[in-house]
Amino acid sequence: MQSKALKPEEYFIEDEPYYQTIGDEIAIFEAAYRQSLPILLKGPTGCGKTRFMEHMAWRLKRPLITVSCHDDLTASDLVGRFLISGGETVWVDGPLARSVRHGAICYLDEIVEARKDTTVVIHPLADDRRVLPMEKVGEIIEATPDFCLAISYNPGYQSVMKDLKQSTRQRFVALEFDYPDAELEAEIIIKETDIDAATAKQLVKFAHMTRDLKGSGLDEGASTRLLVHAAKLIHEDISPVTACSTAIAQAITDDADMLIAMNELSSSLF
Amino acid sequence: MSRQALSLKEIIDILDIYFDVEFSFIKSEQPAELIVRQSRSNQDFILNLTKRIAATNEELAFQFANNAIRALDAMDHHMVEAWAMTATDNYDRKGLFPAMSVIRDLDNYVHKAHVNACGAVLEEEISVLLPFLQGLSGRKLKIAETAENHAYTDTETIYLPAITALLEESKDNFLIYKASVAFLWAQIQFGTFRINFDEILDCEDTETQLKKLATLETVRLEACLQRELPGLHRDMQLLKNKTTSSDTESHSDDWQQIIDRLSNDNASINDTIECLELISESQCPDSHCYQGILKLDQVAEVMHKRIEKEKAYFRIALSELAKESLKKNDDSSDDVEVNEATTFNIKTRDDKQQINSGHVELELEGELVAIPDHVKELMTSIIVDFGEIPPEHLHAAGPGEYDLKKYEEEMLNPKDVWQGTYHEEGAELYNEWNFKRQHYHKNWCVLRELEIEPVYDDFVADTLAKHKGLLKNLRHTFEILRGEDKLLKRQVYGDDIDIDALVEAYADVKSGMEMSDRLFTKMHKEERNVAVMFMVDMSGSTKGWINEAERESLILLSEVIQILGDRFAIYGFSGVTRKRCELYKIKAFDEDYSDEIKARISNIQPKDYTRMGVFIRHMTRIFNQVDASTKLLITLSDGKPDDYDTYRGEYGVEDTRQALYEAHRDGIHSYCITIDEQARDYLPHMYGAANYSVIDDVAQLPLKVSDIYRKLTT
Repeated sequence: MQSKALKPEEYFIEDEPYYQTIGDEIAIFEAAYRQSLPILLKGPTGCGKTRFMEHMAWRLKRPLITVSCHDDLTASDLVGRFLISGGETVWVDGPLARSVRHGAICYLDEIVEARKDTTVVIHPLADDRRVLPMEKVGEIIEATPDFCLAISYNPGYQSVMKDLKQSTRQRFVALEFDYPDAELEAEIIIKETDIDAATAKQLVKFAHMTRDLKGSGLDEGASTRLLVHAAKLIHEDISPVTACSTAIAQAITDDADMLIAMNELSSSLF
Repeated sequence: MSRQALSLKEIIDILDIYFDVEFSFIKSEQPAELIVRQSRSNQDFILNLTKRIAATNEELAFQFANNAIRALDAMDHHMVEAWAMTATDNYDRKGLFPAMSVIRDLDNYVHKAHVNACGAVLEEEISVLLPFLQGLSGRKLKIAETAENHAYTDTETIYLPAITALLEESKDNFLIYKASVAFLWAQIQFGTFRINFDEILDCEDTETQLKKLATLETVRLEACLQRELPGLHRDMQLLKNKTTSSDTESHSDDWQQIIDRLSNDNASINDTIECLELISESQCPDSHCYQGILKLDQVAEVMHKRIEKEKAYFRIALSELAKESLKKNDDSSDDVEVNEATTFNIKTRDDKQQINSGHVELELEGELVAIPDHVKELMTSIIVDFGEIPPEHLHAAGPGEYDLKKYEEEMLNPKDVWQGTYHEEGAELYNEWNFKRQHYHKNWCVLRELEIEPVYDDFVADTLAKHKGLLKNLRHTFEILRGEDKLLKRQVYGDDIDIDALVEAYADVKSGMEMSDRLFTKMHKEERNVAVMFMVDMSGSTKGWINEAERESLILLSEVIQILGDRFAIYGFSGVTRKRCELYKIKAFDEDYSDEIKARISNIQPKDYTRMGVFIRHMTRIFNQVDASTKLLITLSDGKPDDYDTYRGEYGVEDTRQALYEAHRDGIHSYCITIDEQARDYLPHMYGAANYSVIDDVAQLPLKVSDIYRKLTT
């Protein structure tokens, strides 16, 4: 079987991605989109921010261009650069410029990972100007009403280095995400993996145990995504204790004592 | 070739020196006669240890030498050394007599060593047990060691015996710990203590009554654990089978009825109490290895204090929440009246599970109120005590109820140690290295972090004015260092095209050569990731010139470090004896360099002595919480480590050296700047040949310090 290759701006999500609504986030997103406001998603890792974006792209019928930010990401990586082709230089749009041209949703994931000077290029797009200046080609692209800018960040990493600048954050409509409450979370796990309700409930309980440990040995508790991973393994007949250890405990910490403690917790639960 | 064993005469001569016989009047002959029969390697081993112990106390060393052969028969070298060091530790902490008893009571030590080999030791397991306990929901509980043989809880702390060695394998013994922790947690979480203690114990035979209560509660709590933690419940059954001989428990019909009733989902402590009348003492089986004992008097005391305190805190929190929420809804009035009549409602979904785990919502005048985390924690704790939030807790505190002083634990003031009331509360304990003993003194130094009162005088302004020219120079030098952006040419990938490379490549292609793919330029930004800590000597000897120079240096340095954006902290240190090591916080890593910090620098005053090791160990601990690729510990000093007691000469130097070695092991680079002209004799030994600077002229200190810093971090 051959995988399909599509340009990101031409890729429309056809099937509805499963997303469990927690509050009125869909209505707010749609309202902000209609009013051409950029959106900031806050929340811990693995609580469904990216899935929400996919769902919204499907709902609004726009292509979704996702950029995972990292500390080597430069402004040219977003806007575009000259490349050489057959003895000539050719301008190639970056993902941000493509999104603006094609009226896509541009989603900058974990924006704080990018360096602060890179983040600044989105400023003219994120206020009422809604333009993307491209200095190197001497152009300004004006965004169509279809275009939407969304960024995400995890306020959990409370470090001076990894904080969003006020001048950036004050341009966005902020949507706060958190892990869903116990019943919803169990429901999500069942929907995603088809495991039985009792196991799903225990998994959620385990997640709450790890989240209680946040601050006393763990930087972050188990995310919904990790629970889904563990549930998938359990669905494949891996024992729940092993699944919790490999998919959850090992994923959130390297501390030997903490790993043992978490294994003791999961072996107590199952 | 094995060396020849020492003769009796030789051994006596050696021991005479160790025991200092001229003054101690110890007779070396007796131990020497024992030692002479050993092989040379054993002889060396015993004599070496004897020498190390004699550095602490000759009498103790004499006892050791007498018993060493017996010890060697029972244990290997490693254990014998541990035994000797236990004795010296006891000497440090309790004195000669307890130390001697460790040596004399060799059999007991051997037995304990055996227990230690297969038993689980709380000190080692606590790092696993504590997170395990805190992962179980509810109140944040602590774990502590008890001298008793039974585990118990006072509803805030779970007390466990120091060693558990009931079963053969250490794995199983750990399991007993784990089961105890979970069982005692269940007592708190599932409401064993939600009873009126006086009523229960109001009978002739309180002991029997307690035993019956414990038995019945065990049935109920095990059922709870089976529902909540089925995996652990299975382990508990295994433990039961391993520890009790007869596993076939035949139950009478009555007893079975009780079990059924208490195992019910909705069974509470009230069911247990009603069942108390139904059983007799003879029906109570032996207690299980993990269930511990009930200490109702301790529970009552702790609970009483906590309930009062939490109620007060909670009601004050409610009143703050009420003010906030009412203000939001009512823009007109500036000040909203909140008093006892302001009552919140509890909203729960009718689900017992939810209430148990503290999932309740607060409602004020029909509107849900967002609950901050610390209030949530309070609510959880209250629910654990009562099973609900009692209605009388839900009135906001009125004016005049804000006084929490009586609930605050009496914190002993660190300054009290100077007023004759010695205490170690709020202090941190550190080991100290004894080079003669080749071992640490455990928890030897008592360190406290104190604040320096800021003094807003003209010192900072004067310093900046005095060194205006120098500062300008320094700023310039440091600005050059900042974020060196380099344009890298001929890159495979980059932001822009490298036209030079492209022209060359094009020419290459035209002339038939292979074209290079390195045609781009890339901006490389180097980010500094440096954390630096300054440890400033505040000993009495710095009085005058030196102190002033130190302060000036700190001001100048702080000014220029700001330019680089490096994280930095400044601490001053001084003290008298190991019991009073005082660290003065001038600037912590997370504080901004503000006017207050400047005012604190201006108030750095010479105090007492210089006991360095303990401070370096504390700095290392602070540094370990900082994430930086380069960690630098710079000491500004005016002389050798020196303290009022034995901390001088070689001892002080060796302890400091050991502390620096520990810091190095944790990835911290140490550097010393001193004005002591003799420092060249001892600093290379402590810091290493290239890690120190001696400054001859005090006036040069401000310039030199900045200069050294620049060199060190580039």
